[in-house]
Formats: sequence, C-alpha cells, structure tokens
Amino acid sequence: MAKVMSRRLFWDRTFTVLLWGAGCLVIGLTGTLFTALFWRALPLLHRQPLSELLMGTQWQPAKEAFGFLPFLIGSLGVTLTAMAIAVPLSLLTAVYLAEYARPTVRLLLKPMVDLMAGIPSVVYGVFGVLVIVPAVGKLAAFVKTYLPSVPLLTPSAPPTGYSLLAGGIVLALMVSPTVIAVMDEILRSIPMSLREAALALGATRWETVRFVVLRAGHPGIVSAVLLGFARAFGETMAVVMVVGNVPSIPKSLFDPAYPLPALIANSYGEMMSVPLYDAALMLAALWLFLSVLAVNLVAQHFLRRVRRGWAG
Amino acid sequence: MTWRRRQERWMKVAMMAATSLLIGSFFALLTVLVVKGWQAISWSMVVKLPTGGAYFGGEGGILNAIVGSLLLAVGATSLSLLVALPTALLLQPDYAGRKKFAQFLRSLLDGLWGVPSIVYGACGYALLVALGWRACLLGGLIALAFVELPIMVRAMDEALGIVPKAMKEAAYALAFTRYETMRHVVLRQALPSLVTAVLLAFGRGIGDAASVLFTAGYTDNIPRSLFDPVASLPLTVFFLLNTPFEEGQRRAYAAAFVLLVLVLAVNVLARVITKPLSRYIVR
Repeated sequence: MAKVMSRRLFWDRTFTVLLWGAGCLVIGLTGTLFTALFWRALPLLHRQPLSELLMGTQWQPAKEAFGFLPFLIGSLGVTLTAMAIAVPLSLLTAVYLAEYARPTVRLLLKPMVDLMAGIPSVVYGVFGVLVIVPAVGKLAAFVKTYLPSVPLLTPSAPPTGYSLLAGGIVLALMVSPTVIAVMDEILRSIPMSLREAALALGATRWETVRFVVLRAGHPGIVSAVLLGFARAFGETMAVVMVVGNVPSIPKSLFDPAYPLPALIANSYGEMMSVPLYDAALMLAALWLFLSVLAVNLVAQHFLRRVRRGWAG
Repeated sequence: MTWRRRQERWMKVAMMAATSLLIGSFFALLTVLVVKGWQAISWSMVVKLPTGGAYFGGEGGILNAIVGSLLLAVGATSLSLLVALPTALLLQPDYAGRKKFAQFLRSLLDGLWGVPSIVYGACGYALLVALGWRACLLGGLIALAFVELPIMVRAMDEALGIVPKAMKEAAYALAFTRYETMRHVVLRQALPSLVTAVLLAFGRGIGDAASVLFTAGYTDNIPRSLFDPVASLPLTVFFLLNTPFEEGQRRAYAAAFVLLVLVLAVNVLARVITKPLSRYIVR
C-alpha cells in the first residue's frame, strides 16, 4: 500500500516539476528573444542617440545613414488607413451578427468570418496584387486627372496602384475578421436583461444597441480595436506585396510607402554585407516587438476586466 | 416616430451592407485564387521538384515547397505542443498556487499573442548568426514554434478552464493526485477543444511566411537533415509572384492555391473533429 502510494506521489511530483519547467521555459525564451534583439541592436544605439534615429529621414545603409522616420510614418499611415476602413466595417458587422442576424444566418456567416481569420497573409497579398492594386491604380489615375491638387489625396508621382491605400485595404480585409470575432464575443456576453430593459422602455433595436449594448461593451470594443491595430501594425507579407516599398515619406494616400516590417523583410539578404545594417534592422524589430507587446497588454487587460465583470 | 423608424431602417441597411461587403470580398478572394490556381495547377506541378531557375521560368513543380511546408508546420506544431500543453495546465488554478505567477505568465502570453512573426524571424536569424549556423529546417522550426506557442496556449487555457470545477473536486475527493486528475479527468474532458487548438495553431503555422523568411532559407530540394535549408509554400508565392515569366507566376498561383486548400481543410477539420472526440465527455 505504502509502495503504491509513494509511486503515485512520485509521478504527481514529477509532473508538477515538468509543468513548472515549461512555464519557466516560456518566460526564459521570451527573455532570450528580447535580449538577443537588444544585443544585436546595441552597436547602432551606441553610435547614435535613439531620438536622432527615429527622427532621421535619410535611409542610406551604405553611407551608414539610418533614419527611421519614413518607415515609422509608413507603418502608421498604412495601419491607420486600415483601421479607418476596418473599424466601422467590423463594428457594423459584429453588431449585425450579434444583435440582428437570425440564428440560421448567424450560423452560416460566423464560420465564414472565422475561416477568413485563418487565411494566410500571402494569400491576401496575392489577392491584393491581382485585384486591389489595379483597382487602386485606376482610382488614383482618376483622382490625378479630376482632383489635381487636394492635399493627402492627389498622387505626387505617376500612380501605379502600389500604394498606402492598397496596403490599407488589404490589411483591413485581413484584420476585420479578428476584430469582429472579439467584438462579437463581447456583445454576446452582455446580459440580455439590459436589452430587455431598454426595449421595454420603448427604445428601438438600434437605440438599444447604441445607448445600452455599445455603451456597456465599450471597453471590450476598444480593446478589440487595439488588438486589430497591433495585428495590422506588425503584419508583413501581405503589406510588402502591395505597398510599393519606396523609402520616402508618403504625401498622399496613393503614394507608395515603406512600413517597418516590410523594411525588415526586404533587407534580410543584404544586411550582413554592410556594417551596422543588421543592427538597424534588429532595432526595427525590437521597436515592433515592444510597441505591439505594449498595445496588446493594454487591450488584453481591458478584455479580461470586461469578461470578469459580466461573469461576477 | 418616423425619424426613429427611418434611423432603425438605415442602420440595418448599413449593417447588412458592411456584412455583405466583407463576405463578398471573402468570396471574391476565394474565386480569384481558385480560378488562377486551377489554371496553373497540374499533376506534375504537385509531384515534381523544380529543376532550377524557377524565377526565370524553369521547369518542374512545387513539391519542394509542399513537403517543406508540411515538415515545417508539423515539426513546429509538435515542438510548440510540447511546451504549450504543460504551460496551459500550469495556468489552471489547481497548479498556479501562487496567483501572481499565473497572472504574470498569462499576461506575457497575451502580449506575445500578437507579436508580429517577422520579429520572431529576425530574432531567430540573430540567434542563428550567433551560433554560426546558416538558415535551416531546425531554425525555421524553432521560429515557427514561437509563432504558434501563444496561439496554442491561449486556446488550450480557455479549453481547460471550461472543465467544471465540480468534476475536478469529485476526483480529488476520491484521493486522486493532481496528475491523475489532470490525466484521467481534465484532459479527457477537454480533449476536443485541445485538438481544435492544435489544429488552429497548425493552420496558422503553415501559412506563416515572415518567420521562416530568415530562418528556414529556400531550396529546390527536399531537406535531408535538420540542418539543410527548406522551401515553403508561402515563400514560393512571395518569391515567384513578381517574376515577369509566366511559368514562374503559374507556380506562385499553384502554391497559393495549395496553401489555401490546406489551410481551409485544416480549419474545417478543426470544426468537424470535435464531434467524434466528444463521445466520452460528461455534460
């Protein structure tokens, strides 16, 4: 009896140690990841202060000029364009799916949205190159002829379609399913009694959504948007295929841009041949890592609080 | 009253328009890729290795990429599973006695969940350089496992969290150890959702290009060891889509088509498989 017991306790203890090992491994690996990036980026940080790197506009690795500003603006531009399209679209779709759609319609549409979220980014990239870039090119030519001097809109170079807008549209398509999934979950977790109270007071369904459901769920909706932002900010392959990749600050929606992830993806071949080039790219990766980590942590913190709030 | 009714109607129209726009683009994407892919694909495309010079319209198929992608995704998913399952179990209240630790680990994984895969790729590359290796299957596996890990842990954590507390308490009341409770009760009860989690991570892994771009390299052959470079479907698409030669472009479309079919199949499987696995679940 004692023997059996000790064997069982032995396995239990071994298993516990194993689990703790895995947990510590995850923390250790994340630490290693951060350290490796930081260590590789250090030579550049030693030579130039960070503010100078972030504000510099010249990108000439051969002359050791590493100005990140065009890429930062490119990243922000593409991401904000994407969010400007994706947020209203996702919010309307999520409200439709969660509040309006009949169960059969929902049962049909929800899996489709989930499937969309699983499609690889290169596939979105192919779609962008084949469909969205030509369409944006036509639109740009139209804008150039009929609206020759509108700031932020009139293309400053002969438009090709490979542009900020094309990148934004492709990203919006990619990010929307994820955002919808989170918003849908939040909306459905809001207690039915709140809606019933509003409807009983004579509110229409839209008024119920606007004044009760959206208001109750708004921290969750904000975090869904933040999660989408983080995802769009770091997305690489789909963007690099359609955004044009010209390292200058874009002056209009139809100009090509060059976001940070695209910079890293395009330069890996040459980065070992020029001194400090790899340090510059690792710094870009570090910047991406930290900014996305921060945005995600904030978003997830809100989400957990919302979820816990309704449960308890 | 009419204003409110009109508002109701217009909002409904806007919602339906937004939904149809999204679903419509989804179908447009499927149509474009299937049409292009169907024109490009042939039996020899799928079963032949390229004979060199793919970018300039060389002969051969994309077998290297198909095998490479499967190797990478299967390997990375297994690696990731080895760490993800114990980590997810550790996050359960049965183990994470010190709550602070569980909270820290969970927020860390939440943060990692959205870290762009290009960062893992760049970091993996830095490690490869530090070790003096060149891009190889093993490097790609590790970078890809990193991409899949947070996705898998999170899905598993949710799956394990749903197991009713009363069930675990019943096991403990029968003097089960924690290990026995986990193995015979919790894992069995959560099995369908756990399998779904693994499949979803696999689907994410097989389509990820940015992490393997630096770490796995590219080759026309099938790797013979862990230290050979390996091709993958997403990179085939990425490299060959912009070639001016039609033969190369056809290969890119075929690769995108195969990738899309694989990913959709895995996603559908992840949804369907829960049924047969749910047979032994107590509701």
